Amino acid sequence: MIKLAWLIPLFPALGVVINGFFGSRYTRDKAGHIAALMAGLSFLVVLGIAFEMIFGSGGKHTIHLWDWISAGKFSVSVAFLIDPLSTIMLLVVSGVGFLVHVYSVGYLHGDPGYPRFFTYLNLFMLSMFLLVLGDNYLLMFVGWEGVGLCSYLLIGFWYEKQSASDAGKKAFIVNRIGDAGFLLGMFMIWVLTGSLTYLEVFHVAPNITEAGATAIGLLLFIGAAGKSAQIPLYVWLPDAMEGPTPVSALIHAATMVTAGVYMVARTSPIYVMGPGALEVIALVGAVTAIFAASIGLVQNDIKRVLAYSTVSQLGFMFMALGVGAFGAGIFHLMTHAFFKGLLFLGSGSVIHALHHAPEDQQQDMRYMGGLRSKMPITYWTFVIGAVAIAGVPPLAGFWSKDEILANAFFTGHHFVWVLGSVAALMTAFYMFRLIFMTFHGEMRVDHHAREYIHESPYSMTVPLMILAVLSVVGGIIPGFPPEGGWIHTFLAPSLAKGSAGGHAANEAVQFVRVSAKSGGGHGGPAAVILIILAIAIAVGGIALAWFMYLKNTAVPDGLASRFPGLHRLLLNKYYIDEIYQACIVKPIYRLMGSLWSFDANVVDGSVNGSSLITLVSSRFSGIFDLKTVDGAVNGVASVTKFFSQVFKFIQSGMVQNYLFVMLLGVFMMLSAYLFR
Amino acid sequence: MVPLSHYLALGAVVFVIGAAGVLMRRNAIIILMSIELMLNAVNITLVGFSRQWGDLTGQVLAIFVITVAAAEAAVGLAILISLNRDRSVLNVDEVNLLKW
Repeated sequence: MIKLAWLIPLFPALGVVINGFFGSRYTRDKAGHIAALMAGLSFLVVLGIAFEMIFGSGGKHTIHLWDWISAGKFSVSVAFLIDPLSTIMLLVVSGVGFLVHVYSVGYLHGDPGYPRFFTYLNLFMLSMFLLVLGDNYLLMFVGWEGVGLCSYLLIGFWYEKQSASDAGKKAFIVNRIGDAGFLLGMFMIWVLTGSLTYLEVFHVAPNITEAGATAIGLLLFIGAAGKSAQIPLYVWLPDAMEGPTPVSALIHAATMVTAGVYMVARTSPIYVMGPGALEVIALVGAVTAIFAASIGLVQNDIKRVLAYSTVSQLGFMFMALGVGAFGAGIFHLMTHAFFKGLLFLGSGSVIHALHHAPEDQQQDMRYMGGLRSKMPITYWTFVIGAVAIAGVPPLAGFWSKDEILANAFFTGHHFVWVLGSVAALMTAFYMFRLIFMTFHGEMRVDHHAREYIHESPYSMTVPLMILAVLSVVGGIIPGFPPEGGWIHTFLAPSLAKGSAGGHAANEAVQFVRVSAKSGGGHGGPAAVILIILAIAIAVGGIALAWFMYLKNTAVPDGLASRFPGLHRLLLNKYYIDEIYQACIVKPIYRLMGSLWSFDANVVDGSVNGSSLITLVSSRFSGIFDLKTVDGAVNGVASVTKFFSQVFKFIQSGMVQNYLFVMLLGVFMMLSAYLFR
Repeated sequence: MVPLSHYLALGAVVFVIGAAGVLMRRNAIIILMSIELMLNAVNITLVGFSRQWGDLTGQVLAIFVITVAAAEAAVGLAILISLNRDRSVLNVDEVNLLKW
């Protein structure tokens, strides 16, 4: 079965070909079914491989397809690596991907771009599979760029909307900055290890100097920060909500944005050699987590709350990677894919129900409320997702988030731990604020739209229910007991162990080793206290939301009027977009303006000046040509002509004259000869 | 035995008569005949020298000259006939097509 891994990206590729070339003409309404079928087939293959990996031999399998680039010492082949890490990623990508495909069949029904949407969606699956499956950094980069392209295409899917096409461009451009870092990191990896193939790179990774590993780590993290929306490159993700909601669920919550986490986890053998980079990642992750969560507290657009929540949760994942708990990061990636995919699809279901509300009210929670009775399936699955992300046991989010916080605490990153805990409190609060504003209380929906509110069709609710089940059991089954769960033993061969390399004395490696060794959990009373604290935080956040948005609804407005500055700061997302606009975009525009005027005045001026000089000099040389050269030629001609006018009379046409002259000549010559 | 000087004198006289005829007469046929005279004057000279030196090469050369003269007369008469047909003239003064 593992040998059939090449089938995984082949099915979506087939779907792209079918829907891409024949979609608008032939498949049309069937495009969704074809695309979903292809995603489903890929999922089946992945299930087969996962079954073999989990219950069979495990290990690392390279499926070599063909040599791609071979130039001197540099050689890269198109080959797939099946190991525990890529198996987990494949399960998440193809599983959530398949569900989102099914959901989209209902959600986008009747959209004029229906076949186009599914072409892009299948192209995304193809690229994501390449990213995850590739056995070298270059192939990962191909997938990395592919998902970036699909993200751009799908954010701007409704391109006739100015904001959507702007958001697409923003995502693309911000990601370019990160990709430059990834490329540089890739160059450094090749320079320092002489290979781009994971297994070869990791084989020599222990020999890399600490400075080299730190540089590689930081450069790769720039790429990861771009793709996974970390400070300072997170700005594109909230805007990416302009795309269709299934896209937000699949690309901007569950899979693509976690590519950065996957990349860092994949590169863990290098990262443990450069602990400085890990410290940076931990700090950036923690700051991002609390920063985005605080913005999410006050947003009113249902999808933007979820978007900031995603940024915040990605921060948690990087926090885990940064403190050396790579397994916990991947674990959170997986559980997050379940519950955040569920939450996004649920919000899509709500937006779908409010289809007849005015355009600017469809996603605004201030114009919702009381939807619980109208759409019970959406409501209950949404609650499950929210409880899971809030971190209430025994749902999925608790297990992974608790592991991250515990790892941060026990590795001595107390500051990171504090930030993470506060972010977790905010998470529970804003998620339930969202639920109470959307589903509870009195209905504030536009009167005309009320009668159209309905539960979504089965193609949309069934994926919700499946994801809800996964959100319930997706944490406890692979993650129990904490830090000793099955997922850690499974992932262990793919992730770096602290004992790797000769930097044993290194303090940072020490903590990685500690966390890696802690197979049976940290144990002790401290761990129990931490778990109780985590539960208290989750319940406390929910209770606070209940108090503020159901019990005493005057509190939020009161707080907003008491701290107007803070409220405005949060509502306007810390003015980050405005700051970027003023500090980066505007100066670049100004630089471009001055470059343009340089171009127009100096470059064009010099070009035009040289043409003017040429023109003048050509005028002179033209005169010289006309008068001197032509004069000489014509002069020769006219002299010849003049003499020929004179001498032509010799040519009398009378042969006897010629003869006579000839005879005369002969006489003269003879005379000269005889009488000399 | 006729001495060589007689041959040469006769040859010279005939050659001068021929040359004068070529230069002075206007009738094309007569000019052709005068050219024959000049050629035969040369023949006389050749034969005279041949006899003087006892070398037959001169006589053979004379026969070649006669042959060439016959060919030349044929070509010349042909030109004159076509000229006469075309313009009904035999006077060379009136045939000055090669003028400037």
